[in-house]
Parts: sequence; structure tokens; C-alpha cells
Amino acid sequence: MSARDTDWDGVRLHVVTGKGGTGKTTVAAALALALAAGGRKVLLVEVEGRQGIAQLFDCPPLPYEERKVAVAPDGGDVYALAVDTEEALIEYLEMFYNLKRAGKAMTKLGVVDFVTAIAPGLRDVILTGKTSEAVRRKNPDDSFVYDAVVMDAPPTGRIAKFLNVNSEVSGLAKVGPIRNHADTVMRVVRSPETAVHFVTLLEEMPVQETLDGIAELTEIGLPTGGIMINMVHAPMLSPEDLAAAQAGELDVAEIVRGLKAAGLEHDVEETARALVAEAAEHARHTAMEARERERLAELPHPQYVLPLLPDGVDLAGLYELAETLREQGAA
Amino acid sequence: MSALRTPPVLDVDALIDDPRTKIIVCCGSGGVGKTTTAAALGLRAAERGRDVVVLTVDPAKRLAQSMGLTELDNNPRRIDGIEGDGELHAMMLDMKRTFDEIVEAHSDPDRAKQILANPFYQSLSSSLSGTQEYMAMEKLGQLHRSGAWDLIVVDTPPSRNALDFLDAPERMGRFLDSRLMKMLSAPARTGGRIGVKMLTAGFGMFTNVLNKVIGVQLLRDVQTFVAAFETMFGGFRERAEKTYRLLQTPGTAFLVVAAPEPDALREASYFVERLAGERMPLAGLIVNRVHRVAPGTPTAARSQAAAETLEERGEHPLTAALLRLHADRRNRAAREDRLREHFTSAHPTVPVAAVPAQPEDVHDLDGLRRVGADLAANVTPPPARSA
Repeated sequence: MSARDTDWDGVRLHVVTGKGGTGKTTVAAALALALAAGGRKVLLVEVEGRQGIAQLFDCPPLPYEERKVAVAPDGGDVYALAVDTEEALIEYLEMFYNLKRAGKAMTKLGVVDFVTAIAPGLRDVILTGKTSEAVRRKNPDDSFVYDAVVMDAPPTGRIAKFLNVNSEVSGLAKVGPIRNHADTVMRVVRSPETAVHFVTLLEEMPVQETLDGIAELTEIGLPTGGIMINMVHAPMLSPEDLAAAQAGELDVAEIVRGLKAAGLEHDVEETARALVAEAAEHARHTAMEARERERLAELPHPQYVLPLLPDGVDLAGLYELAETLREQGAA
Repeated sequence: MSALRTPPVLDVDALIDDPRTKIIVCCGSGGVGKTTTAAALGLRAAERGRDVVVLTVDPAKRLAQSMGLTELDNNPRRIDGIEGDGELHAMMLDMKRTFDEIVEAHSDPDRAKQILANPFYQSLSSSLSGTQEYMAMEKLGQLHRSGAWDLIVVDTPPSRNALDFLDAPERMGRFLDSRLMKMLSAPARTGGRIGVKMLTAGFGMFTNVLNKVIGVQLLRDVQTFVAAFETMFGGFRERAEKTYRLLQTPGTAFLVVAAPEPDALREASYFVERLAGERMPLAGLIVNRVHRVAPGTPTAARSQAAAETLEERGEHPLTAALLRLHADRRNRAAREDRLREHFTSAHPTVPVAAVPAQPEDVHDLDGLRRVGADLAANVTPPPARSA
């Protein structure tokens, strides 16, 4: 397959989820870049209509169309698609029933409103359906159009329900076209070609949601992938200093001497006290991160650490994160 | 220039102390600390003498635990340990339960039973998006009508579009008035199967398509549901519209919650514009997790340079490390300031409160109390990048 071994060789659909605020879209985009490196073609799919991908790649809002948004290191292309439910539904009608005109008529009648707004279970089938169609799509020579598809999926709290479309529609449709469509989607989602990755921060709530989400997916037999620990602070103090800082035992006199030696004479006592307070806060935060790290370490899943980018995420930062993912074997 | 960009200060205590404030709605994108903010506001208002109920849609157990309850449910539970004259209750929206109760309250037992057993209803009432917004609106209306509390604090559903709940009445209206609804309910009313009696050309094509797409069985479920539910739809819409108008009154205050991150502040801008468009009363923006630096401490550049000097000489490693930490924090604070300034340049009249980052998660009432105190203290941090 690929020239190098990665943790996810053979996986073609990467679903990326995470609690709100954990940087799920950023990680999905970085993963797509990492997977495309070395001349592969990857599709990055957005299903929540937030246009987060366009903002990350600094391009105009994406239409409902697969469009090249970035070139990966050593060749390779990242395409992006923002799935619009309404258009995806009409496309679905057209594709399976040759009903384009009917689709338009149904928009007028309110059927599209009905499906997209009133019956969200159906909406999820349409969204996952479009994604699995891209995963399965082939060229005339029988090779796959995309080497991999990365989905920027709904948040952790909703992911099991979102992916388990079969059970979502089972009450609704026991037979018929929607049921068949859902079955096809489930075959893709359940297969070893799919992995659901969790993005988390080293904070209590995101870690808890990750643990809950993994348990929930495992229970319904969906394949869980890796854990991407995002925005990790680089250690700034030695373990001894951290312990002293947390215990309030840093040597203020020594800090004052250091400040004076560095030529920072102004308000030196006050500055020293401010530095000590900042160090105490940093130490408490670091201790919390270590605790959450331990909770995650109990999971058998591969874990990848992504650094906090000091200047926020821009295009350069995205490439940096992609490189970090590759170095750790995520792609 | 920076004078232009200093936003008005959001006075949280004045807001919660004002007896005319009856409803506070916290909205914002996911992961910005919205639920914690709502709980902290509720606690602070209660301890300042008001009778408060906090309505959350966040199923996180941690929040319940921080208020001394093992779990929250669909009924307001009294929180123990409140200091002062007020009272605090908290509840978590259970949308299916709320939906079921409405069905039971507004139809005779037989019909209610029929609706509750309908597969389409079951899917509709337990699916996570869409329904949650309607039900949040319903619950808010119920709590308000009960008259039992003099302040209701709500945090909005974490939907993809956090203001979806404002669209609930309109969407409901659009759906009810749609030709689909008329077509679905008409044959049921005449007692016939769809398409039997009304075989006009257009209708024939329509059912044909619908049958193909959603299947005969589902179509029948939907029809049965619509027929049984028809009498209730009007009430739904009416109450949703009432709640919508209630939100527009001066007794309501919207607080947009954000974190000092580009995405969260962009969403916040969107909320502010959207609220203005709907003529909803905006009280201000709360920026959580802000990093502050003590005034008078060295700038990032000076700290960095001083740390380098010490490291080159191999002296005072502790001071050098602390200076690097300080430089990092200064840079971060400066970046956050810039982001907040961007927001304020676009929305110069929106009052802002900044809440410092807590080094650890909130675990108990004391933690919530600290957040509340920080919210109220709201000393707008001095620009971190001066000099």
C-alpha cells in the first residue's frame, strides 16, 4: 500500500469527532493533509454547514462541490466538500430515482424542509450517505477516486447517533429505499476501512466525553480509531519547580536576585510575586493535564499529541500539525 | 485608536439584581463554558436574594455534581448550600419527556396513547437536533407561565446553529402551512388512503415520488401521526410564538458567551447580529478563559531577552524559566486582546465582561461562586501589549 507503515493502513474513511472547542475541524484538516502527503488524493468532508474548512484553508465559502483546497507536502491533493443537506437530498433523488425535476417540486411542496428539519434521522442518512458514496466512488479503471476520505463529523455527544443511521431509521423505515440506503451506509461505517478518531484536550470534560463516546461506539459495534490530544502545552518548568510552585514554596528571594541580575530592577519585588503567582497557576494546570493524561492512558487506543500553536491556527500551523501527525504514525 | 475600541463594561450584578430581569439566555458555540456561566450566574443571583431556576440542556453530570446533585432531570430540583435569602433550583431538559408531557396534556388519553406509540413520533421526539430547540422553547415558556421563579437562566442547546431555537416557531409555521401537510392530512381526514380520492395529476405524481423515496410504510406512519397530532399543532405554534415574543421583551437579557478564540468570537459576532435582526435584547458578551497579566510586569520582549541573558550566563535558571513562562502568557494575552478588539470594532456598543481562565475545572458550589465573582468583578484587563 503506502511506502511507510502507519497506524491506519487500510482505513479509507477517517471520521473525526470531538467535544466543541477541542479543535476537531482543525485536526480533521491536518489529518487530511497528512494523509495526502506523498501524492495521494484525499477528500475532506464537512457536514455541519459551518464553513470551518474554508476558513482554515483561507478560501471562499465552499459550494456543494468537491474542490481542491490544498496541496500536500511531496505532492498530493486535498479536496474539500461542504455537504449541504438540501442539495444532497436532491442529488440523492436524482441518483437513485432519476427524479431531478421531482426533487425541485418536492422542495416547493415542503418535503425537503420536512426531511432536513423535521426528521433529523433522515438528514443524517443523507449526510453519511454522501460521505460513504465518496468513499466507494471508483474511476473507470476500477481504482478508488479518493485514497482516503476524512469527515469533520458532529461533536462527540452526537456521534454515535449520527453514525448509527441504521437504528435511527429502523423505527422509521423497515423496508424501502431509505432502509436500503441506510444499510449501504452502515456497511461502509462498520467495515475495517473506517476509523472514528476522537479529538480531546487535557481537560476533565473533553476527556470524559471521549471516554463516554468510545464506550458508546464500542457498544454498538462501530470501529474506534485514535485519540488526538490537541493544544498540549509544552512543559515550561522542571518537575521540582512545578511541585514547589504548586506548594507555594518557590524561593522569592532567589527570583528577585535573578531579576536584578537580568537588569529588571523596576518594581522587582512585585514582579517576583507576579511571576510566582503565574507559576502556581501554571503548575495547577499542568497537574490537571497530567491527571487527564493518565485517564486517557488506560485506553488501548493509539494516542497522538498535538502542540498548542502559540499564534493560533493558520495555514502554516495546519501543515505543522499534519507533519506532527505523520511523525507519530497517524498517517 | 485603542480608546475607540474600549467596549462598555458589562455590569453583571446590576443585571441580575434588577427585578425587571426575568429571563437570562446564555448562547454561544459549543465548548466555551456556556453551561458553567449559566450555573454561576444563577447561583450568584440566588445568593443575592432572587428565586432562580437554571434550565440547562447540557447532560454533563459534572454540572449537576458541582451543585450537589447526582443527576439533573426534567423537574427543577432545589440546590442546597445557598448562602443568603434567595433560592436556586436547577433542571436539565429531557426533550422526549417534555414532548410526551405536552402530548398527554393536550389530547385525550386514547389519542395520546396512539401518538406516543407511533414510530414516527418516537423518532421525532428522541432525535437530538431540531426537536431539542422546540422543547427548550416549550420548557422556557412553561417555567415562565408557572410564575414560580422570578429569574430563569437558560443555556441554549448546543446545536450546529446555536440560535436555531429562535427559528423554531417560524419553522413550525412553515412546515404546518406547507402543501405537504395539507396533502398528508387531507386524505386522512376523509378517512381514505392517500391518493385514492384525490387523484389529480399533480397529487398522483407527488405521492408516487414520496412513496418511492420514503417508502409506503413510513408514509403511512407520518400520515397517522399528522392526523392524530393535527389538533395539537396549532397550540404548539401559538406557544412557540408567545415564547418568541416573550424573548423580545425588556425583561429578557441575552448574554453571548465566547472564548478568546477566532472561531468562538466569529460565532459570537454572528449571534450578536442575528439577535439584533430579531430585535432580541442583548445584554452583552462574556468572554471566558481570558489570560491576564499583572500590570507593571515586564513585557514579553523584555522577559524573553532577560531570560536569554540569564541562560547565556548560566545563572538563575528558575528566574529564567519563570520569565519564559511570563513571556508566553503575555503573548497569549496580547493575542486574546487583539481578538476581542476585533469584535469590539465590529460591535462597539456591546458591553463586554472578561472572565479569567480557571486553572482547574469547576467542581463544586465554591467553584461556581468564584466564577460568578469573576463575572461580576469584570475588571477589563489593561491591554497586554502596551510598550
